[in-house]
Amino acid sequence: MPSALASAPAASIDRRFINRGASRSTLARFSLWLLPWFGLLALGAYAMYLCLSQGLFHTNMDNRYAFGLWIFLDLTIIALGAGAFFTGFLLYVLRNKELKAVINSAVVIGLTCYSGAMVVLAVDVGQPLRAWFTYYHPNVHSMLTEVTFCITCYLAVLAIEYVPLVLKNRQLKLRPSFLVFEWELHKLMVVFALVGTLLSFFHQGSLGGLFGVLRGRPFVFREGFAIWPSTFFLFILSAMAAGPSFVALTTWLVEKLARRRLIQAAVYDTLGRISGKLLLAYVFLKTIDTLLWINQTAPGRGFPAHRFYLESAFGTWMLFAEIVLFGLLPAAILIRPSWRARRGALITGAILACLGVTLNRFVLTIQTMALPTLPFDRFLYYSPSWQEYAAFGAIIAYAVLVYSFSYRYLTLFPQERELALSSKRS
Amino acid sequence: MIDTRKPAPAARYGMIIDLDRCNGCGSCSVACAVENNVPPPHPKATTRTGLNWLRVFRVEHEGRDAFIPISCMQCGEETPCQSVCPQNAVAIDPATGIVGQIPERCLGCRYCMAACPYQARAFNWWDPQWPAGFELTLNPEVGVRQRGTVEKCNFCHGRWHAARQQAAANGENGPVSYQPACAEACPAQAIAFGDLNQSEFAAKAAGHACFRLLDSLRTGPKIVYKTSSASLRNALQESRHA
Repeated sequence: MPSALASAPAASIDRRFINRGASRSTLARFSLWLLPWFGLLALGAYAMYLCLSQGLFHTNMDNRYAFGLWIFLDLTIIALGAGAFFTGFLLYVLRNKELKAVINSAVVIGLTCYSGAMVVLAVDVGQPLRAWFTYYHPNVHSMLTEVTFCITCYLAVLAIEYVPLVLKNRQLKLRPSFLVFEWELHKLMVVFALVGTLLSFFHQGSLGGLFGVLRGRPFVFREGFAIWPSTFFLFILSAMAAGPSFVALTTWLVEKLARRRLIQAAVYDTLGRISGKLLLAYVFLKTIDTLLWINQTAPGRGFPAHRFYLESAFGTWMLFAEIVLFGLLPAAILIRPSWRARRGALITGAILACLGVTLNRFVLTIQTMALPTLPFDRFLYYSPSWQEYAAFGAIIAYAVLVYSFSYRYLTLFPQERELALSSKRS
Repeated sequence: MIDTRKPAPAARYGMIIDLDRCNGCGSCSVACAVENNVPPPHPKATTRTGLNWLRVFRVEHEGRDAFIPISCMQCGEETPCQSVCPQNAVAIDPATGIVGQIPERCLGCRYCMAACPYQARAFNWWDPQWPAGFELTLNPEVGVRQRGTVEKCNFCHGRWHAARQQAAANGENGPVSYQPACAEACPAQAIAFGDLNQSEFAAKAAGHACFRLLDSLRTGPKIVYKTSSASLRNALQESRHA
């Protein structure tokens, strides 16, 4: 087989790796699509090199604005990548068979989101080579310790979940040992789904807890249950709500780019329904949490809550946007079956839900850092440097590239072939 | 020889900063930097990226300038930075109450900086560099920190160690008396340093003109400010958002 591949032209090799029945663009067209993403990846890799080799002065973060664009976007993509664990949980544990149509895509989304976030975090910390210290002498009271443990373990779970997809490639499955290994792994998927769910619950929650425990930052400090502040639970719920929306959104986007149907309408409906219901529960709990914070937590620490919104561009409209515009509105769209049935409305709801989780992470990172605590301090401004944008752009490019290759050579949507045949027949 | 069978009584070091005496000369900041091997600012450093363990804020109050020196408050209750550090790079010494930073262990994640309400922590954004020849002036009692790590005031721990060694040589076990560089350098004697477990110093810190910054956050800061101006006291005691 290798000698045959070596003598064949590139287009022929490419065709041999594409699964039977899957219609894909020509290699030239695919290469053209990849080119700008590789360019962005190279620029971002250069920016990361500058930060790692010379120092973080290449960013516009400072002693007062200790967290910036990278932490905000890390939190966002980890929340959006939650579709992987939650879809796995619904499919393998709760036996919602319909979601088999998107589980492979959700795994690739999760893997790229988590691995990308880890790369940016490695650049963001001042001493990345000391990351293993967290395992060697961890502070068990720190939410960041829990985040580090769970995210690294969950990344391993995602990598294991990705392996069967790769092994089912047309060329790789010619080897019987790979097929056997894939089958054995597949039988264990329920275990990985459960482990992934457990790990995800804790790291999604701990990411929220990172901010909720900051007793020196009354804008984000929250009371809670036992050792967990309320943001711990709100982060889990918001990620579970946004995850299916992001899976639906990504699938719709791939359908538009590939110009073919990939999943049945019923799957969109299921994703929208799950997302809408969870979003409504999140909005309800978030509203209670906000009211408790306004009336009890913030004034109890000497900071009347309404004053946080008076002196900057971050007014009460942020609160309105977070709870109503990007919370209640998409929840209403996604819950109502007649609205959800219209693809445009469903995708609008999914976009708003994803924007809601993004805004929530923005508030907790960027707005928190901007608000001063000392009585004579000023509101702080921060604008990311090109290196910060480029490094994150590289992660987006990396995610697009991994997803593009996976879509081309692996079976991300098992219903694709069947839908293509039915459309041909009709 | 120290009798180690008897537990040594713990100290709780703290500071009283007299705002009526502080004229904002910055001697404390300079003395702190020299004592603790804080490198000169990088040419591209700003007020927000420079390394300062002790900053002096100028606050305009009723037509006059008041100067507020701010450094690590050595919070004694629910210390915000200590519980968040993922790799135990922040440690509270039970013998002194000093919140220590262990730069060799610091990951540089800056979570402690986000947690500190006083924004008293600084990050090494650049490699520390001294002009040629200046390395000879470095204090051998204090380690130099690397790029990518967080640092902050530790009440001149090097001086405490020296005082502790001297006491041990004299066969004494227990809290020692010493002065950090800022208190020693202040020409107006605005900074008083002592042990808050000693009744005389504690009484001074509890005086009616004394107050703590952001006391409502209940982090137990061990730096106390003092001013005879009731209006300045009230303005600084209020939270910014009150």
